[in-house]
Amino acid sequence: MYFGLSEEQEFFQDNVKKFLADNASIDEIRKIASGEGQDLQSEIFQGIINLGINSLLVPEKYGGLGVGLLHAVAISQALGNGVGPIPFSGSYVMAPLAINLGGSEKQKEELLPKIVSNETRFGIGLSEFVGAREDAGLEIKNNKASGRALFVMDAENSDKIILATKAGVLFFIDSKDKNLTASGLTTVDKTRTFQELILDKVDCEILEESAKDIEIVKKVIDAGRIILAADTLGASESMIEKAVAYSKERKQFNRTIGSFQAVKHMCAEMAADLEPCYSLVWQAAHSFDVDSPIESRLLACQAKSHLSEIGKSVSKKATEVHGGMGFTDLLGLHYWFKRIGLNRQILGAPEIVREEAAEIQGFNQ
Amino acid sequence: MDLEFGSEYDEFTKDVQDFCKEYSNAIISNANDKKFEMHDALSGNSNEKTGKVVNRSEWQRLLIEKGYFARSIPKEYGGYGGEPDIIKSRIIATEFSKNKVPNAMGGQGIDMLVPTLLEWGTEEQKQKYIKSTLHGETIWCQGYSEPNAGSDLANLQTKGELIDGNWVINGQKIWTSTAQFSQMMFCLIRTEPDASKHAGISFILIPMDTPGIEIRPLVDMTLKAGFNEVFFDDVTVPEENLVAKRGEGWSVANSVLGHERGSLANPNATMNRLNTLINLMKEETIDGRRLIDVPSYRDRLLQVQGKVMAVQAHSLRLLSSKINPNQNVKLGGMIQKLVGTELRHELEGLAIDIMGELGTLYEDDPNVRDGGSWQFTYMYFLGLIIGGGTNQIQKNIISERGLGMPREPKVTVEV
Repeated sequence: MYFGLSEEQEFFQDNVKKFLADNASIDEIRKIASGEGQDLQSEIFQGIINLGINSLLVPEKYGGLGVGLLHAVAISQALGNGVGPIPFSGSYVMAPLAINLGGSEKQKEELLPKIVSNETRFGIGLSEFVGAREDAGLEIKNNKASGRALFVMDAENSDKIILATKAGVLFFIDSKDKNLTASGLTTVDKTRTFQELILDKVDCEILEESAKDIEIVKKVIDAGRIILAADTLGASESMIEKAVAYSKERKQFNRTIGSFQAVKHMCAEMAADLEPCYSLVWQAAHSFDVDSPIESRLLACQAKSHLSEIGKSVSKKATEVHGGMGFTDLLGLHYWFKRIGLNRQILGAPEIVREEAAEIQGFNQ
Repeated sequence: MDLEFGSEYDEFTKDVQDFCKEYSNAIISNANDKKFEMHDALSGNSNEKTGKVVNRSEWQRLLIEKGYFARSIPKEYGGYGGEPDIIKSRIIATEFSKNKVPNAMGGQGIDMLVPTLLEWGTEEQKQKYIKSTLHGETIWCQGYSEPNAGSDLANLQTKGELIDGNWVINGQKIWTSTAQFSQMMFCLIRTEPDASKHAGISFILIPMDTPGIEIRPLVDMTLKAGFNEVFFDDVTVPEENLVAKRGEGWSVANSVLGHERGSLANPNATMNRLNTLINLMKEETIDGRRLIDVPSYRDRLLQVQGKVMAVQAHSLRLLSSKINPNQNVKLGGMIQKLVGTELRHELEGLAIDIMGELGTLYEDDPNVRDGGSWQFTYMYFLGLIIGGGTNQIQKNIISERGLGMPREPKVTVEV
């Protein structure tokens, strides 16, 4: 019996952490966030791809590493920890899972190796299936997709985009299609990108298996939720480390502020809140990997909503421990605050996800 | 990640399951015995009472004989005499909890004194006390806190002098649960007045029928559990009632305190209470609507469930770190008391909230739900948030020992 990340998973995680520490300092993050660091962002992206994050969830049969979601969780923690300004949750977790679970054998053979070789990068947008805002939604008629999709993940500079109809059928389109209008959404989090898509009879290809089984889109969303929870876990961990470190340096009243109980207790509360979260997120990913559907969906919902709540509280307290400096752009703490804030809303804000968890358990019967 | 215990445990698990099937929802004949009220509240022992009736002391004997209690305590001291095996202990705890099989007796003697004597006691002390304690024949109370030694426990002033081969003890203890039922007390006494604060304390065993002991009840807010104040006026006990050496009492006490803190909020008991709460919300109605169908109540339930699931997963990680000594859980153990007691208090409080006016009913009111256990446990866990090292002291421990933050500078008072 062993409950935790394996040595290999920790090793991979440390590599990503170290890469971000060396290549994506706060100055570099700021540059990318201001929209002036495209070359820098490509360099960071290429560096992380060289570590192999694009191959994780592609089965060995199609040239990938074929590891489980827990492995991707380890990476997601590292990316959250360093506010990694690269596509991951959509392009390299949800998209390969969508193809692997929802594609026909022919589609898998065609698409998955290209994720590994980095020839094709996918964006993915399932927001409308979780809860459509502003009447957004997509329909397919005569193999042409029309409608509007909001908060499409990792779609900027992508080659193809996976979307879902209101009925939960997965399909993909070409990002450069002439009947597609894509515009970037300006969110608080500048470390990841989201797009609004308007489709007017865009050529599309349905992922065949997904048309037969609604479970597939749900499973992709479960995975996305667990990965976002892991990102919040890593980002929260980093905020606590920063708050503790700052409190040991900053002096007021001739003492380091970390010697005041008011400050110590805030740090202890954050640590006590976050510590059980590692276990919850890892168990959710493990449950997803061993394929116990009901338990794993409940765990995915609870991991997502619980981490949303804990992340919100940690990001507030950690900022407060930094005093006025926490509020400035000088320290850049807000990049973590906003990353956690965005993870909370995407693929279902906590109340929505808890309501789903209630349904799974039959509380509404 | 590997959550399987391995096939070598299959047979053992089956034996435990068979036993648990037989005693599912068993009733302990003297379960309302005040002595064990605290233990039953902590362990979440069933109040459904639909199974076999068992006598408390026979139950204890059966559990030891089966190796489901006192498993790794040597036979010569009244235990089962098995090899320590944390996985077997976990299987026992999980199956008992799942099947609502009553737990063995607990209490200060079993949970704290027995491990202390195993580590620090003389052969004579082990022979004399462990067996009768395990079998519930000797009940112990703990004499640590004093009116001026609460969070600052090492400030304790109850004095012991060695006169003609006897300890003569004077002073006062407080918050002493079960003192009125106990045969013995294990006690921290200042025996070395010239030594430094922590080095002046000794660990001494005191029979409660010794002349000079006065017990005064100290009623707590539940009006049920009950603490005591214990006064010592020239209480005289033999020199050999000292455990370990003179001045080692602080180390002796600390070696088992961590154990107590962890046991205050057992995640299995918390999960059982959550399931009881879910059933309550499915059965109770307001204006003809089930409570679980009220969206705001349901959302609060789901929030608490998220926390309970996190704590349960966390207990698996802690178990894993005991089996795999290289696994670093850093703060993992330190947070248990803080997180576990706060969560249980919140859970019990939610049940009261959703019941509205009915939530205020208590004791033997004919309309009271679940035997009044929600109000009792809600208040009881507020006591546990304060006791066993207040949760503010826990936060000091987490921040200083876990996060490496500096201690509060000592204040020098000028008069």
